[in-house]
Amino acid sequence: MSKPIVATASLAGCFGCHMSLLDIDDRILQLIDLVEFHKSPVDDIKKFTKMCDVGIIEGGCCNSENVENLRDFRKNCKILVALGECAIMGGLPAMRNDIPVKECLEEAYLGSPTIDPKDPKIIPNDDDIPMILDRVYPLHEIVKIDYFLPGCPPRADLIWEALLTLATGKELNIPYEVFKFD
Amino acid sequence: MGNIAEVVSKAVESYQKDPTRLLDVIRDVQDALGQVSDEAIVQIGHLMNLSKVDVEGVVTFYHFFSKSPVGKYTVYLNNSAVAVMMGRGAIAKAFEKEVGCSFGSLSEDGKIGLYDTSCIGMNDQEPAAIINGVVFTNLTEKRVKELVTGMKAGRNVSDMVKDLGDGNNQSELVKSMVKNNIRQRGSVLFAPYESGSALRKAVAGTPEDVINEIKNAELRGRGGAGFPTGMKWDFCRRAQGERHYVVCNADEGEPGTFKDRVILTEIPEMLFEGMAVAGYAVGAAEGILYLRAEYMYLKKFLEKVLDDLRKKNILGKNAGGKTGFDFDVKIQMGAGAYICGEESALIQSAEGKRGEPRNRPPFPVQRGYGGYPTTVNNVETLCAVSRIMVEGGKWFASMGTVQSRGMKLLSVSGDCDKPGIYEVEWGITLEQLLKTVGGSGAQAVVIGGPSGTIVGKEAFGKKVCYQELGTGGSVIVISKKRNLLEIVHNFMEFFIEESCGWCVPCRAGNVIITNKLEKIMAGNGTKTDLAELESWCKIVKGMSRCGLGQTSPNPIATTIANFRSLYEEKLKKVEYETGFDLLKSVQESCKVANRKPKIEGH
Ligand SMILES: Cc1cc2nc3c(=O)[nH]c(=O)nc-3n(C[C@H](O)[C@H](O)[C@H](O)COP(=O)(O)O)c2cc1C
Repeated sequence: MSKPIVATASLAGCFGCHMSLLDIDDRILQLIDLVEFHKSPVDDIKKFTKMCDVGIIEGGCCNSENVENLRDFRKNCKILVALGECAIMGGLPAMRNDIPVKECLEEAYLGSPTIDPKDPKIIPNDDDIPMILDRVYPLHEIVKIDYFLPGCPPRADLIWEALLTLATGKELNIPYEVFKFD
Repeated sequence: MGNIAEVVSKAVESYQKDPTRLLDVIRDVQDALGQVSDEAIVQIGHLMNLSKVDVEGVVTFYHFFSKSPVGKYTVYLNNSAVAVMMGRGAIAKAFEKEVGCSFGSLSEDGKIGLYDTSCIGMNDQEPAAIINGVVFTNLTEKRVKELVTGMKAGRNVSDMVKDLGDGNNQSELVKSMVKNNIRQRGSVLFAPYESGSALRKAVAGTPEDVINEIKNAELRGRGGAGFPTGMKWDFCRRAQGERHYVVCNADEGEPGTFKDRVILTEIPEMLFEGMAVAGYAVGAAEGILYLRAEYMYLKKFLEKVLDDLRKKNILGKNAGGKTGFDFDVKIQMGAGAYICGEESALIQSAEGKRGEPRNRPPFPVQRGYGGYPTTVNNVETLCAVSRIMVEGGKWFASMGTVQSRGMKLLSVSGDCDKPGIYEVEWGITLEQLLKTVGGSGAQAVVIGGPSGTIVGKEAFGKKVCYQELGTGGSVIVISKKRNLLEIVHNFMEFFIEESCGWCVPCRAGNVIITNKLEKIMAGNGTKTDLAELESWCKIVKGMSRCGLGQTSPNPIATTIANFRSLYEEKLKKVEYETGFDLLKSVQESCKVANRKPKIEGH
């Protein structure tokens, strides 16, 4: 049997979950033996060229590009995993959800103290820039998500065990302490 | 409107800088200035030796306090489910049209503010609103027009009340159009009662005798939870403390409940005497009536009743003629918060703080008001106490069912011919009740309010009693022409609004649950969504800190159990359905940035 193919992405996240993935330390060598990485910041492959077995996504969706990316993952991955608080609940970026988008954009581009008074006062609107969504969405509100790995970030052990389970089909063996947070 | 410094210092002085009276201080400032601005907050804090955040925390916690101006005239229109059923929508539109602003805002000239408010205890005479503390019931579009014209002309709000209600609503000190609608009188509450007779009997024996009599009556609390009153008093009496307190819970916030309002209007003597009996039993010298802000219109009248009772020596020094037993009652007003009906939140609020529930243990009977042992009892419970003193526990226990003794006041509203107050023996079946109130043929009955149970006709044979269908008194009849899920949705919005926000399962969970419900109602739900909705209900119920979150999913949980097909027929037969609409979700930001949404390829 060929190795399972894994793709990963960070949407409206901070890459902290990917950092946590690297925290599996030397087990990364085992991981390389176990799976093949496809589209992912880990190997910098930008486009899907084949069907993947597992897609792992960090961060929620705050703009149209995130949505596009997420839908692309759903199309190209058999199993989709939401990794971490932002992917599962929206997380820190979702703190803007109670503030009207207009206010957010005006604060960021027109009213903020770091604006150079000499610059023209506009809210960026080039067609190449992703469009901001009315609020930050968790992944499962946009596409079907198969598994959720909680944490901010999820602990390396949790990510490791979950990947191992998905790659080998062995039973999930995660002590409660690994995903208990208070 | 006066000068801020003057108004604040007058308010602070009239309560002697007592921090437990912070709510009263804030209310006076709010009434005088139409808002409690940052400046006022700083000054209140300064004069009362409290931090700014302490004061601000209280101002922002309660519905009837506002940092921004709410107008010279402030209209609070009830948005409970029954208000909506009775035509609140058209009334709201009429207000908006006449005033020229939408709900949640202030008219351009800053004179009239329109705001929603949770159930104001008038479900049997909806649509209803409170304007500057004055209650207007059975509103029509024509009446709204008159009211707004009056407000625009600067008329005094109480002068705009036309016909007065019945009974003590006509009293010089009440003068309200509210109706009692007492439809059925029983032998415990609405039977003739001789003022003073209960306390006389009580003080003739020992406090232990009183507690035993209440235990013999097997009286259970009428506020909803049904805790045995005798046992509660026993715990309180035995608890160590320099002082003990009796607190009467007149917060009556459960949508659809209004029986306490009628007790307060018609038989307050019996209630206050019950408080004195409780005081004697637990060893308290002070009682506090915590009255919801919505019932402010009864305050002067109740103060007068207290004065009369003092004159008759039912309250005061050597109360009831018992040497050494001093007992008096003061009234503490709430300020608009359902959670303040929860006993530990109520105590916090009565102490002048944000109405956030406390951790338990210690229970209020161990450490309650001011840290002293306190018994918190519902209005109706304390009235029943008076009757039990006179007629005896055995007499009381001969009525009702095995675990639900005596009689119960029901507040009946919704789709029935005769909404109002019914004093019934525990154990009446829903069927009998529906027949009595003219609500046969109902699709569903909400028993115990939103936090209770929603049942369909399979359950109409069940009895109203703790073992089968328990209730604090709210009974809402829902006819076949109603969309039950919309009513469920109204209940969920109520809980979202009223959650104190302290714990995550309740603060966030109720929103998540409601979003899921909306997804299903919009036809975007799947089997998985329904399953998730059910498990969210369990999470919120199981993990919330107090009774609010422990019961708030009930409207959904009980309708999924009893009306499953209402949900299932809305489900899409696909594995997953998003409900997310990219084009819609980028509209706002594109408009602000002045660009055209482009979503091809997405
Ligand atoms: C969210 C919430 C709201 C409540 N509201 C009321 C209320 O308005 N009136 C009331 O008597 N009890 C209310 N209760 C119940 C009280 O916590 C308490 O059990 C009751 O006042 C005790 O009095 P009783 O034993 O005489 O019923 C509420 C409880 C919760 C959790």
